[in-house]
Amino acid sequence: MATMNMIQALNSALDVMLTRDANVLVFGEDVGYFGGVFRVTEGLQKKHGLTRCFDTPIGEAGIVAVAIGMGAYGLRPVVEIQFADYIYPAYDQIVSEAARIRYRSAGEFYVPLTIRTPYGGGIFGGQTHSQSPEALFTHVAGIKTVVPSSPYDAKGLLISAIEDNDPVIFLEPKRIYNGPFNGRHDQPVIPWSKHPASEVPEGHYKIPLGKASVVREGAQVTVLAYGTMVHVALEGVAEAGVDGEVIDLRSLVPVDIDTIVASVEKTGRCVIVHEATRTSGYGAELSALVQENCFFHLEAPIERVAGWDTPYPHAHEWAYFPGPSRVAEALRRTVEV
Amino acid sequence: MKNTPTLSLHIPEPEARPGDEASFDRSALPPAGSVPRPPTDVCATTIRDLSFSLIRVLDEDFKAVGPWNPRLSPDVMRSALRYMMMTRAYDERMYRAQRQGKTSFYMKSTGEEATNIAYAFALHRDDMCFPAYRQQGLLLARGYPMLTMMNQVYSNAHDPGKGRNLPVMYSSREHSFFTISGNLGTQFPQAVGWAMASAYKGDTRIAASWIGEGTTAEGDFHQAMNFAAVYRAPVILNVVNNQWAISSFQGIAGGEASTFASRAIGYGFPGLRVDGNDFLAVYAVAEWAAERARNNHGPTLVELYTYRGEGHSTSDDPSRYRPSDEWKAWPLGDPIERLKRHLIGLDEWSDEKHAALGQEMADLVRDTQKEAEAVGTLQGGEQPSPGTMFEDVFEETPWHIRRQRQQMGV
Ligand SMILES: Cc1ncc(C[n+]2csc(CCOP(=O)(O)OP(=O)(O)O)c2C)c(N)n1
Repeated sequence: MATMNMIQALNSALDVMLTRDANVLVFGEDVGYFGGVFRVTEGLQKKHGLTRCFDTPIGEAGIVAVAIGMGAYGLRPVVEIQFADYIYPAYDQIVSEAARIRYRSAGEFYVPLTIRTPYGGGIFGGQTHSQSPEALFTHVAGIKTVVPSSPYDAKGLLISAIEDNDPVIFLEPKRIYNGPFNGRHDQPVIPWSKHPASEVPEGHYKIPLGKASVVREGAQVTVLAYGTMVHVALEGVAEAGVDGEVIDLRSLVPVDIDTIVASVEKTGRCVIVHEATRTSGYGAELSALVQENCFFHLEAPIERVAGWDTPYPHAHEWAYFPGPSRVAEALRRTVEV
Repeated sequence: MKNTPTLSLHIPEPEARPGDEASFDRSALPPAGSVPRPPTDVCATTIRDLSFSLIRVLDEDFKAVGPWNPRLSPDVMRSALRYMMMTRAYDERMYRAQRQGKTSFYMKSTGEEATNIAYAFALHRDDMCFPAYRQQGLLLARGYPMLTMMNQVYSNAHDPGKGRNLPVMYSSREHSFFTISGNLGTQFPQAVGWAMASAYKGDTRIAASWIGEGTTAEGDFHQAMNFAAVYRAPVILNVVNNQWAISSFQGIAGGEASTFASRAIGYGFPGLRVDGNDFLAVYAVAEWAAERARNNHGPTLVELYTYRGEGHSTSDDPSRYRPSDEWKAWPLGDPIERLKRHLIGLDEWSDEKHAALGQEMADLVRDTQKEAEAVGTLQGGEQPSPGTMFEDVFEETPWHIRRQRQQMGV
């Protein structure tokens, strides 16, 4: 065991996979010699060699397309898109190609591709370094979407994603790279070393895709969250003083329906929290799933706490960010019904 | 007032529209045999003029001339002729099948057969091809069963693609033929990635890809060119300039200002321009580019100068936007006719043999079609079971798709 922040845990996952499997390659903008703008690939080129971890031209469509071709050859590429806000140039290659090649070729070709990308706000990145585009991927048949919320999960999930034989969008909540941010932006940052999930095995381990984790057990209301919002949800539960059961989904597609249903059947209430814009966000899907599967157990309307339907603002970052107080308000409303 | 004219917007227009006399600028065609053949390890910057010329082997008398003559044996040339004629007969038959309502859609490659069949001969059998939708000849020439192709076109129960794709979107890993996409150009940078993987693994196989000249306008074209150049990928990037992209002449894709081959100059690798209706010239260029790639000298862009002899697809009526006799005015003729005349000139072929081969191909296609139709067509017969619709979305079917399948009751 070692104490790691999320960056170190992700780096360790890549290191483990580069060591174990000669078919694993890591590339993207600035990821080679320099080690990536968030340092996730630091030292990997030096340790594993130039052809295993290298820089690419600034061409997201090209990065993903080339990785698809490599996947068809039999490699297991792991690419970095520097910010999720810059994944859109690659969207056609992801949606029309990576997601479809297994289906289109009836299994003759497939794409064991992992696309890592930092997402989310809380870092004063303005509208071009803060977006949460997960719903643009969960809506697409043929790709998996994964979001870790701690160093331990980040490493185990990334290894599962790399070993998976289908394309995985791996969204890294950049606000919690260095510490479990709970939305209290006016308080000092707590480093990961103070959190139990910073204890990370140095070797190979996996967390299966499609399995949620109950991070706080509770009886009064279920809170569904992922990424940074897991920590914000916990803080919201504390502020509201309710006995909330907080579920970290970890994987959005496939989603762990059994854990969701078991919890909502127990609590009869559900609040969904995400940072992405509200309309057609992943919360809408979760809300529909809960309604379809738990209708007769529900005692209150399902609530969504989400980013406003505006681009992510710069100066008004904290008015936009769905912080613990907004979560707490929703929780109070829900338990009072 | 400044002494400058008002600005005017340029919209490219082809030389001839319906009712006009079809015309192509013949003066731009250098004589066969006139273009030098550099060594395959040549520095790309020294052969930029080849991007503006036209590599031709067969001259006006159908003799093979000049340094690009690949000196193929008569057996190989007869075999090439056979596959070109097979492809044309197949296209003819499938086109009619669509007109008879047996399938939804079809696309012919008439006049362009040499642009891909020559590659089946010049490349190794396991070099990976990333085709567009008009390279069916390559698949036939690699020995893929015509019956299976027809089953695909009919979306019947024997379609290995389980009836999922539009007709002509074939796939065959066994024949190193990548699954065809309906999204133009996406396969171009994928081919580069495959080639990079092959180089990374220390393999000996190279990759090749095809797009139309219209598709060079897509961003994926630039991505492919740039990544191929940066990593010196062992790949051959082919642009089939058949003059038309549905109803848009090649000027709309940017062909007025420069040649498509010349796009390679800015990236720093060779861009060769070749007579796409001359089997021997296409073969020679493919062989040159393959040797260059195999020896770690990197990618080549090849512009295959040809003409789309028929409509874009069964959904198209070309008489609405180009002169109906334009193909007749095409100065580079028909690849089948030219190779036939060349072989006859060598005393290795005759009009009688040619007619007999034509008949053999027509019979083959007719008999194969009967077999395919005995299985089924889009209209009826044996079709893939609806349950297969839910397969292959992922390696393992997740719960939500399993539930939807149960809901549908299949
Ligand atoms: C991304 C994309 N845009 C548009 C289309 C519709 N479309 C299909 S074929 C075609 C013309 C392509 O022309 P070209 O690349 O010259 O190839 P050709 O058909 O002449 O072989 C168009 C516009 C498409 N399939 N994909």
